[in-house]
Amino acid sequence: MKRHLLEAADLDRDDATLVLDTAAQIDQALSGREVKKLPTLRGRTVVNLFYEDSTRTRISFELAAKRLSADVINFSAKGSSVSKGESLKDTALTLEAMGADAVVVRHSSSGAPHRLAGWVRGSVVNAGDGTHEHPTQALLDAYTIRRRLGRLEGVRVAIVGDVLHSRVARSNVGLLHTLGAEVTLVAPPTLLPVGVGSWPAEVSYDLDAVLPKVDVVMMLRVQAERMNASFFPSAREYSRRYGLDARRMGALPDDAIVMHPGPMNRGMEIAADVADSARSTIVEQVANGVSTRMAVLYLLLGGSPQ
Amino acid sequence: MTHYLIKGARPLGGDAVDVLVADGRIAAIGDQLSATGAEVVDAAGLIALPGLVDLHTHLREPGREDAETVETGSRAAALGGFTAVHAMANTDPVADTAGVVEQVWRLGQEAGLVDVVPVGAVTIGLKGERLAELGAMADSAARVRVFSDDGHCVADPALMRRALEYVKAFDGVVAQHAEEPRLTVGAQMHEGERSARLGLTGWPAAAEEAIIARDVLLAEHVGARLHVCHVSTAGSVEILRWAKSRGVQVTAEVTPHHLLLTDACAESYDPVFKVNPPLRTDADVEALRAGLADGTIDAVGTDHAPHAVEDKESEWAQARPGMLGLEQALAVVIETMVEPGRLDWAGVADRMSVRPAAIGRLDGHGRPLAPGEPANLVLVDPAARAAVDPAALASRSRNSPYAGREVPGRIVATFLRGTATVLDGKATR
Repeated sequence: MKRHLLEAADLDRDDATLVLDTAAQIDQALSGREVKKLPTLRGRTVVNLFYEDSTRTRISFELAAKRLSADVINFSAKGSSVSKGESLKDTALTLEAMGADAVVVRHSSSGAPHRLAGWVRGSVVNAGDGTHEHPTQALLDAYTIRRRLGRLEGVRVAIVGDVLHSRVARSNVGLLHTLGAEVTLVAPPTLLPVGVGSWPAEVSYDLDAVLPKVDVVMMLRVQAERMNASFFPSAREYSRRYGLDARRMGALPDDAIVMHPGPMNRGMEIAADVADSARSTIVEQVANGVSTRMAVLYLLLGGSPQ
Repeated sequence: MTHYLIKGARPLGGDAVDVLVADGRIAAIGDQLSATGAEVVDAAGLIALPGLVDLHTHLREPGREDAETVETGSRAAALGGFTAVHAMANTDPVADTAGVVEQVWRLGQEAGLVDVVPVGAVTIGLKGERLAELGAMADSAARVRVFSDDGHCVADPALMRRALEYVKAFDGVVAQHAEEPRLTVGAQMHEGERSARLGLTGWPAAAEEAIIARDVLLAEHVGARLHVCHVSTAGSVEILRWAKSRGVQVTAEVTPHHLLLTDACAESYDPVFKVNPPLRTDADVEALRAGLADGTIDAVGTDHAPHAVEDKESEWAQARPGMLGLEQALAVVIETMVEPGRLDWAGVADRMSVRPAAIGRLDGHGRPLAPGEPANLVLVDPAARAAVDPAALASRSRNSPYAGREVPGRIVATFLRGTATVLDGKATR
């Protein structure tokens, strides 16, 4: 493993598989235990540095670190010196001086974790940077797919929605490709980046044509405000053409699953009855997020499980 | 005034000769010249060029003296072989009145290292709404001839048309920062495969090309001069070539960094490589070199843009765009144009001195190296190579994209009207 986890490309196939296997071992070790805690990272300090509101990701990392017995410091942009205008570099030097072993960073600017990695000695884990990447989301998604379908090699995955602005999509395309899955991106052309042709993924504008041919459909959050910048004419038209409702879900193969990284816009990209259906892995993804992040912190800070 | 006898220099790369500089002029050129009392400059192996002229420099004074001053920028310019620089108008306050341009001009005179030629803003406060008092700036002591809202595009087509027309009255030129603002909202880097992957909002080539296409048509329609700043795309070069073939009075510049660097630099997320217009692709770099070689692009303009450390040591999106250029401009041109055989030394003189001086209507610059001409000249050692050390630069800022890079061409001496501003590679003041 590299020292930092900044993007999906930091993981080769062996590394990624090791993370997933470690997450599975952790799940096994903790299942049925009353005290869901391992002593692995006792005495180590993990800083959650969150420049963007993200309750679910922050809590997931916090829980992951605490279950490994690490000391956890939550450093959020609100109510800290950040709001008084301290630069990212000064914050980094401060965390460095406090002896952080790992910094988990969420930032609205693409590349901020890369910058941070140049200024601190500890490991940097990207918890989502701008419209760039969110590698632990991709890991938990891969872990969820593997648990449900038993494999990743050759699994056909459709990623549907606002690919242009999605760090989840970027990380998933990279990681799923590394792990041997076949990805198809589905979106209106306005929500696909110029240059998407060089990604290791197929591209389609037609959700109905893709659904019968996939094992996984991953819906991305689409902000209704995008229509104000003419990415699509209206929320209703978007929903009609690219939303996943019960009728469309019926076109999926029998054992196909429906994923969503959350938070959902019920009624926009996903209908409520789809989100709550048996195919949906949405709640599972949240639970798997904790074990996957435990695996990442463990491997970055604790060494290999052998 | 000290007289200089320059021994064995090669004017425009020609045969070695001696050049006698006296009373601000080139007094004589010939073999084995001698002059009693003259300071001898050993120029064996050095190329002599007319003093370089930059159409595009940000000196930051008034307003951001922590990043650069007229004096520090002038010193950087002299060390880069320049004898005249056009100081862009996006200062604080903006150079949109006769008062501000005269202030900048006087500061340049006091520094005395290069001729600092102020550029006047096209619109009040660079806001793109109303014309600034262009005539007053033209008539001022600063004798402004180049007008630009650089940093901002004069996006309103009617306003651009009027600006182009109006400056004809005093032989002025509008230097356009070609960027359709509606196509570059939040843009961070060249829009393409890399921006898609890096998650940085793209700056499409079409945003530059659309404005250039519009403006050459406007310039043709009203019979005015147009200059295009920092051309960065292959498509722009094509449009310029087409416009020139129609006889449109359009000129254009390319920056050293767009001749050398590509959007691959953004992979590091190090904002020292963030610039506007952004670094483009290999194909664009090739088209820019070809355009400069065949004269479609008239000039090299540095777009020297000093920034304080805190404005660059940040996240990419938070950083200000721009990079230093004055001290390495000639080096980059040697590396990208001379060494590959795409431009000879006469060509370098043409693109870095003669044509930019003509565009800016500067009388005493860009002149031939001949007896009687003003002694604005630079001596460069083309064989010397050295790594760029940002800490050693004369600029007050350190945001050089060439840090650690080995580049050719050492500026040995620069003369401004017969006064040495640089000798032995060091500024004389």
